[in-house]
Amino acid sequence: MDLASAKLIGAGLAAIGVGVASVGVGFVFGSFLQSAIRNPAASDGQQGRLYIGFAAAELLGLMAFAVAMLILFAF
Amino acid sequence: MAAEGKIDPMHQFVIQPIAGSFQHGSPFVFTNSALWTLIVLGTIWLFMFGGMKRELIPGRWQVAVEGLITFVDDMVNVNIGPDGKKYLPWVFTSFVFLLFANLMGNMPFGVVAAAHPFTVTSQFTFTGVMSIITFAIVLGVGFWKHGLHFFSLFVPRDAPLVFKFAIAPIEFLSFLVRPFSLGLRPFIAMFAGHVLLDVFGNFVVQSLNAHSAGGVGLSILCFLFIMFVSMIELLVAAIQAYVFAILTSLYISEAVNLH
Repeated sequence: MDLASAKLIGAGLAAIGVGVASVGVGFVFGSFLQSAIRNPAASDGQQGRLYIGFAAAELLGLMAFAVAMLILFAF
Repeated sequence: MAAEGKIDPMHQFVIQPIAGSFQHGSPFVFTNSALWTLIVLGTIWLFMFGGMKRELIPGRWQVAVEGLITFVDDMVNVNIGPDGKKYLPWVFTSFVFLLFANLMGNMPFGVVAAAHPFTVTSQFTFTGVMSIITFAIVLGVGFWKHGLHFFSLFVPRDAPLVFKFAIAPIEFLSFLVRPFSLGLRPFIAMFAGHVLLDVFGNFVVQSLNAHSAGGVGLSILCFLFIMFVSMIELLVAAIQAYVFAILTSLYISEAVNLH
């Protein structure tokens, strides 16, 4: 296998991480919505925590994207 | 750019000199990044200046500016506590700058002329420096207020001794990674979104050039997708600015209150 095709395969494998992170983001918003519907009065106060959880989950997907871009363009 | 069907999504992030050049070894080059930073700052200045009237019955503009300030003020007060007012300037600056820079990067000025917007926040140098400023504030405030006691931030308070020894290095490592992740987040979000837009924009043109019914259909599909992604981008632009501001106030709160 030559280097160019190995690069492309590696970038494709790194892109899987983006999809896995989407599960995390969906879980954060899904569980927030579940509890927010049970107690709508308390949901507004937890919005900051919602976005912190979202940011933490999203960052890992963005890292995977960054790795894919590094493999494609930096090497 | 789309020569022989090759898509080059990185072209939009190239920093090009407008006045002066990199060749003569001078570091003072006026680039498109500098130009768009000035445009963003000018827009912020116009927006704030137009709304900073102290009228008893505020107009629409004043309500918009006051709403923005109250939004960040509430966030800082909730997260940091009574001391929060002192740190409002930096949190507000970073929030408004990121928000405006992200949004200006999405503006379709390129339709009118060759004035293609350059997203200044799509460079890690920008967001990285902003997160370094945040951490300078965190470290400065932490050591100023608590002295060497600041290191107790890494040790959980009501934990057994064994856990303390186990958790302290992990907390320390997570603290060291924070400036990196804080700056990386807005940068990658903008970067990824613009790459996606560029790739699908190329798909629109290329499938139109295929001169077939299927090509036209694909082109329309891609165009609709671009519209969808553009709306998502506007949302992401606001969310990333919000996340940066809320994480900044959280980190400062840890330095001020220790846990």
